[in-house]
Amino acid sequence: MAPLSQATEQERIREILTMVKDPEIPVLSIQDMGILQSVQVTAGNAVQVSIIPTYSGCPAMDVIREEIKTVLLLHGYGDVCVKTILSPAWSSDLITAHGRRKLQEFGIAPPAGKSSDQTGEGPDVACPYCQSTDTRLVSQFGSTACKALYKCNNCLEPFDYFKCV
Amino acid sequence: MNRPETDPHFEYLLRLGDSSLILGQRLAEWCGKAPILEEELALMNIGLDLIGQARLLLSHAGQVEGRGRDEDRLAFFRDVQEWRNLLLVEQENGDFAKTMARQFLFDTFQGLQYRELAASADSTLAEIAVKSLKEAEYHQRHSRNWMLRMGDGTEESHTRLQKALDELWGYVPELFEMDEVDQAMIAAGIGIDTNALRAEWDSRVREVLSEATLTVPDVGWAVSGSRKGQHTEHLGYLLAEMQFLPRAYPDARW
Ligand SMILES: [Zn+2]
Repeated sequence: MAPLSQATEQERIREILTMVKDPEIPVLSIQDMGILQSVQVTAGNAVQVSIIPTYSGCPAMDVIREEIKTVLLLHGYGDVCVKTILSPAWSSDLITAHGRRKLQEFGIAPPAGKSSDQTGEGPDVACPYCQSTDTRLVSQFGSTACKALYKCNNCLEPFDYFKCV
Repeated sequence: MNRPETDPHFEYLLRLGDSSLILGQRLAEWCGKAPILEEELALMNIGLDLIGQARLLLSHAGQVEGRGRDEDRLAFFRDVQEWRNLLLVEQENGDFAKTMARQFLFDTFQGLQYRELAASADSTLAEIAVKSLKEAEYHQRHSRNWMLRMGDGTEESHTRLQKALDELWGYVPELFEMDEVDQAMIAAGIGIDTNALRAEWDSRVREVLSEATLTVPDVGWAVSGSRKGQHTEHLGYLLAEMQFLPRAYPDARW
């Protein structure tokens, strides 16, 4: 097999990495989440993957780090280093349009608005089931660090909201 | 143990990391016991954020120290006099009112602290601060809401919250104290003038207390000492529980 150019090699790795999902939201890949920052390949086929952690104490990060190594190993990359970078800090703005659609389909309301224009007041959150914006915050904290609990006043369903941070 | 002269940079990071870790551990004590499910989730989430911040700060401290101690070594193998967390955060949980009062006083302080540390000349510390600031502000929104809800709530909740504030108020001045480590870190552009945050902290806290119909305590006592490793009796018990496993089975992995 002819060696791939570095750019092609990086593309291939990025493609493989779409298999790594956020363990807490299994429909989202690390690309969708904006966790995957960069992929670098050296001449000796050593791979460095840089990821941006979401919340400081998010236990999913350790799982993601392991998953990246495992998936790449299964595709023939034995020399993989996963680097965690703090700057730029992760923000929910990094979730891709594709990721937002997936969240919605999964029953989690995607973050409303931009993280920078949070005024402290609750944003208009649309119910992922009936799309009504007549919803209310039940709790600022949900089952994982990235979610808050909402309830729809229209269809009465409770749902998770992906916090806008 | 008599410790040799320590590096002020290391010492400074330890103070920050230790306060986050000890408060995170305190919140974890609520696991399975919170008054309602939503608060169980909230307290655990906030605790996890704090422990996450502590991991970043302590592993950075270990690197700055350069003696091969990582975050786990620092968390599990230091005795009580070697801890540098604020006395406020080691205070016992008490009832939900006391836990929330402690949280509100600390969250308000920590948000201001991280906001200023975001400009630190220590770029790793600055990055940790930017990241953690978002979390601290989110936590403060939660604890602030509870201050309003309980303070301006029933007679029972108001009485309990006022009592909690009175019990904790004597630990507040320590938040703003400064010693030679702080001075050295300010001079190096790494640390911040904590004392300068007092006025802003006061006005934020007073505003909430007044809206919550609570009285700003006038307790006439204040204690400090954490910067020198002098703690209240509560920290030893907390450490005994937190450190038991790694000390009983050193280097155990799971
Ligand atoms: Zn609905």
